[in-house]
Amino acid sequence: MNTDSSPFSRFSFDPCSSFYQFLSTQRPELLPIARWGTIPGQQGSSENFLSSGLPAWPHGTTVLAFTYQNGVLIAGDRRATEGYQIAANRMDKVFQTDEFSAMAIAGAAGPCVEMAKLFRIELEHYEKLDGKPLTCEGKATRLGYMVKANFPMVMQGLVVIPLFVGYDQKRGLGRLFKYDITGGRYEDTDFHAVGSGGKDARLTLKEHFRKHLPEDKAVHVAIRALSNAAEEDVGTGGPDLLRKIFPLVKLVDAQGVRDVDDSTLATICQELYSEEREP
Amino acid sequence: MAMPFYVSPEQMMQDRAEYAKKGIAKGRSIIAMEYDQGVLFVADNPSASLFKISEIYDSIAFSGAGRYSEFENLRKAGIQHADMKGMMYSREDVTARSLANGYSQMLGTIFSQEMKPYEVELLLAQVGETPEGNELYRIGFDGSIIDERKVTAIGGRSEAILTFLRKEMPESSPPLNMALQLCQQAFEIGAEPKTRLEGLEIALLDRTRSGRKFRRVETSEASGLLS
Repeated sequence: MNTDSSPFSRFSFDPCSSFYQFLSTQRPELLPIARWGTIPGQQGSSENFLSSGLPAWPHGTTVLAFTYQNGVLIAGDRRATEGYQIAANRMDKVFQTDEFSAMAIAGAAGPCVEMAKLFRIELEHYEKLDGKPLTCEGKATRLGYMVKANFPMVMQGLVVIPLFVGYDQKRGLGRLFKYDITGGRYEDTDFHAVGSGGKDARLTLKEHFRKHLPEDKAVHVAIRALSNAAEEDVGTGGPDLLRKIFPLVKLVDAQGVRDVDDSTLATICQELYSEEREP
Repeated sequence: MAMPFYVSPEQMMQDRAEYAKKGIAKGRSIIAMEYDQGVLFVADNPSASLFKISEIYDSIAFSGAGRYSEFENLRKAGIQHADMKGMMYSREDVTARSLANGYSQMLGTIFSQEMKPYEVELLLAQVGETPEGNELYRIGFDGSIIDERKVTAIGGRSEAILTFLRKEMPESSPPLNMALQLCQQAFEIGAEPKTRLEGLEIALLDRTRSGRKFRRVETSEASGLLS
């Protein structure tokens, strides 16, 4: 086995063209799973930090995804919390990972953002080495391995739970995958939401989700679910019309990934609020 | 114990260089040319699936002439180097210059220390935000590195091609269709049978694209450009 760290010194015949694999053999210290040792009082639960006396790290979230007429929608709120404090108001938790896929993450902010960044490189790396992109299924599997590799961090309270969506060009449909902390991968045909407000968002989705919703209706449902979650959960931020902070909504279809712009979101939020105020 | 024959270092280097040159001379040629919106790569490559031109990073492309297995290994090493550097620092910190240096050192070491030198020539290009920011590098089998302007070529017939192109190339960078036409004409010199458009692999580093600038040009698009 080659121990030299420079990628220019030796080659290997790597069957999976994986950047993650390459890092773990060449530069393991660059992987998110740094060898920190155990943090006292942090065994097993991410909720312990409030009582342990340790500084808290950014946390909390609601992210959701569901299929609609043209593909799949993925959205998330913008708040990050540190214990009882709000750490950030405009955090991005939904990331485009390549031309036809996106992911959203719930959990400890630092490792979450790092995983999204690494996953994007992972997909691009594969595409460049192999000459063509991974299939939708292949991408979802690959993300499962990365979640699984994060398990030692989960035991220390640094949970990272992603949602992955992609447009399957071969089958011509949008697909959505959810994960558990051990890296288990489950495909869902309808909807899912994770994070501290995930349950509240799922309740709204359960009532308002229909198969093959048109695009405008789908965005409506997403905003409604996120607003409801924000009302029930301290870790989730609702739309802020005054400061123009809106949830991040991405649509993934045959044309690729695109953001729903702020002006559209503002109109929808306005409609939802006035609807609520009516007697 | 058998004593090895004494071979002078000059003789040894000369033998190796001759060996490598012979290998490269058999290889087909590749041209990299600056056009008004980026850098155009054209390779004489009859295969539609085995590529000679490839993306390395956002604004950097690579191509290799000579022995396929050898430049394929170098291509992969380049992608690994670029992706790792981009992750450790930032995407803008990945430059063709540092990659060219890496390749040069690697090929230089192999040439002087390994049993068999690599029979490859490499071409590395980076598209800048302005035409002045473009960079073209040609790296030889012995690690020699040449920083080129406007146009460069590698492979078996690179000398003839370059002589033609240096003469025909206009003062300022030509538009894409004209650049492609020039490259096609250059490949036709002394080629028997004539190189057909289907036998050319074409790719661009297009400055106007956001993010990843590399893009392949299919035969149908190319014939549209030339008509």
